[in-house]
Amino acid sequence: MTFLGMPLLRSTRHDDQEIPGGQGNIVEDESFAKVSHQHLSNQQLRNNIGHATATIRDKRSEVVAELDDWEALREAGSRAKNQVMENLPEYLAQFEKNFTAAGGVIHWARDADEANAIVTELVEANAPVLESGRREVIKVKSMATQEIGLNEHLETQDIDAFETDLAELIVQLGDDKPSHILVPAIHRNRDEIRDIFMEKMPDAGELTNEPAVLAEAARRHLRHKFLTTKVAISGANFGIADTGTLGVVESEGNGRMCLTLPETLITVMGIEKLLPGFDDLEVFLQLLPRSSTGERMNPYTSFWTGTTPGDGPQNVHLVLLDNGRTRALADEHGRSALNCIRCSACMNVCPVYERTGGHAYGSTYPGPIGAILSPLMTGVEAEENGSLPYASSLCGACYDVCPVKINIPEILVHLRGEDVEANHSPVSSQLDTALTGASWMMSDGKRMAAAESGLPIAHAVAGDKQINSLPGIAGAWTSSRDIPALPEKSFRQLWAENEARAEGEDDER
Amino acid sequence: MKIALFATCIVDAMYPEVAQATVTILRRLGHEVIFPEGQTCCGQMHINSGKFAQAEPVIAAHARAFSSTEWDAAVAPSASCVASLGHQQPMVARRMGNEALATEAADIAGRTYELSQFLTDVLGITDAATDLGSYFPHRVTYHPSCHGMRLLRLGDRQSDLLRSVEGIDYVELPLADACCGFGGTFSVKNSEVSSAMLADKIRTVQSTGAEVCTGGDASCLLHMGGGISRFQRTGNFEGTPDVTAVHVKQTSGRVGADDTTDGLTAVVGADDDDHRVPGEQGTRPQEPSLQQSGLRVGQSTVHQARILASTKEDPLRVQSEGATVSGGSLR
Repeated sequence: MTFLGMPLLRSTRHDDQEIPGGQGNIVEDESFAKVSHQHLSNQQLRNNIGHATATIRDKRSEVVAELDDWEALREAGSRAKNQVMENLPEYLAQFEKNFTAAGGVIHWARDADEANAIVTELVEANAPVLESGRREVIKVKSMATQEIGLNEHLETQDIDAFETDLAELIVQLGDDKPSHILVPAIHRNRDEIRDIFMEKMPDAGELTNEPAVLAEAARRHLRHKFLTTKVAISGANFGIADTGTLGVVESEGNGRMCLTLPETLITVMGIEKLLPGFDDLEVFLQLLPRSSTGERMNPYTSFWTGTTPGDGPQNVHLVLLDNGRTRALADEHGRSALNCIRCSACMNVCPVYERTGGHAYGSTYPGPIGAILSPLMTGVEAEENGSLPYASSLCGACYDVCPVKINIPEILVHLRGEDVEANHSPVSSQLDTALTGASWMMSDGKRMAAAESGLPIAHAVAGDKQINSLPGIAGAWTSSRDIPALPEKSFRQLWAENEARAEGEDDER
Repeated sequence: MKIALFATCIVDAMYPEVAQATVTILRRLGHEVIFPEGQTCCGQMHINSGKFAQAEPVIAAHARAFSSTEWDAAVAPSASCVASLGHQQPMVARRMGNEALATEAADIAGRTYELSQFLTDVLGITDAATDLGSYFPHRVTYHPSCHGMRLLRLGDRQSDLLRSVEGIDYVELPLADACCGFGGTFSVKNSEVSSAMLADKIRTVQSTGAEVCTGGDASCLLHMGGGISRFQRTGNFEGTPDVTAVHVKQTSGRVGADDTTDGLTAVVGADDDDHRVPGEQGTRPQEPSLQQSGLRVGQSTVHQARILASTKEDPLRVQSEGATVSGGSLR
């Protein structure tokens, strides 16, 4: 049995530092503060994202409010996932046994490079070389393949991968990157999409910006591919351990086409996607569509168990992907991030995401979940992934909507601690110095009182004037905010004076 | 009841009048108030910066101060600091291997209340006018803090108390549950994103035409007041390549009339009209002017403890009555 990518949780190697981190599109190359700058100035982006997230947010609230047992469902979803993570090695072995028995072939991939190489080999073995000298595959929308940069890798191997999900198609045709896990083209509006289609679809002709017109153009563009391509690549929302079944939920039906028409089906799935049995879907098929698209039920739900003679693909493969998941699993304070079912509710409510958009996070996984998942998978040492946990005001809106109750704010704070430990710079920043001083002062009430005893002097010097500009790191505060004039005395001083006066009065009596 | 006041560092050093108002309210209800002397801060500033080792002695100072005297309940005029005591202090102490401190911190946190929580849940106050004599005849809007909403689950406790103040003209804040962008060191580390969030929050405050924006957390109010003051001084939202997520729109009423705020509404994102006119960087809406907000004087922020403490005999004065506003905060 090959155990590449098997979680090491039960092994003796408990130090997560020793476990290899993931690679691919989960690394921020510049700090979040720097990258966000360029996105903040794009009013079109802000309009599009603001409008789209506000709409989807309202839809979600409505359908969630319909269920009396929503909180119980969240609790059930959270428990099911926690239980899977605690027993992941057993579930993976069980899944492999059942998937193989049903006629499928399992491949284990430690990281992005291994996964890409496995898929390439499978495509080369099963897709014919066309007149152009290249091979073609069609794709179902998949986060795992975005994460490993599969399309880009295949392109270097003379294989063209065609995205069939409408929004992924828009992103692919626009030579762009997805900025949202559910609505990858959320940063584009209808006019921009029309322009991309007219430029990149030679047969499309003149288009309007009507959604129906744009969808029809995409449909015509894709139909031929569905009918002629021999190999399809998908991700998976669920893997059912006790039957070896894989499942994909989607809205458009293009996924169903890819999963049924080609001869060969290759699925890439993260090892954390397992559920013990079909019964668990009762919970997750309620949680997922309501949290993600704000629908009671998603339009298309497809399940397949290995191969079925005379029905669907006869050559079925699964690449089980680790790519840093074992590393995240070994972190006791962060592992619940692996519970994520990729619904995207957290990014739709996030005030930071709403203003910067998804590209600022430098990862396939943007928004609050990305700010914890990317550094958990790579380690905070990887490039600038240590800056991601700070990309939050800790407002907590993400935790409230998470269908599997991932306490994102708490994990953000935990990862800030990891960053402080791992990336401790020898040259202390002004903020670090200020915090060190504050810690010393605030560790003792007398020291804080002594510091506050400077207030009358400061007040005498500055008077009643408010503070409009400060140098150094404090200038980041006064870049947009004035500061009130300092009070003449702290409350502590006022209280002590009043106490003394009251005692004096008592003595006189 | 013997009540220990946890003033919080920001109120102690920047807003002593908020702690005084808290004492006034509690004494008015017949309770004895003490101020445990060694108190400093909840430690949240260090914890949220990932500096757990530096937070530990701050947590220990809090535990020392509040376990050195006897009291029945502790009260703080801050949801965020109270939330930190329960949600963070024991966790950090445990991570630093200090189980004894974790237990002590959890015990103190279990007996510490945010002001509105204490007034409603413990003392059963439902009507501020009747029970506290609260009187504040001004137009007021209210920003619920994230930690009050989502960590303490205060619900309507703060707003219900405010609504029951005699004479108050309470206006709902649009998109009230959106974060103001403060987030502690987030405001410095990701200053531009924070400033963009602040700008949108101020736009909604302006759209209410309220003279005062209140809330239960001095930190959010310091931040929002600072932004209001800057906008009123310069006419711009600064510190960010600011483009807006929130559009304040005229939906009815006459532009330029004395008070048109009833016709203003705040929405997130652009609607279809904006979609059809993409400029190079998209369409940017007009900022609501002071006049459009129906205000002849500026806006300011003030902690709700001071509104609850305000009475007919000793009223809290606002800017239009000659009160001082500094950095957007009502003094």
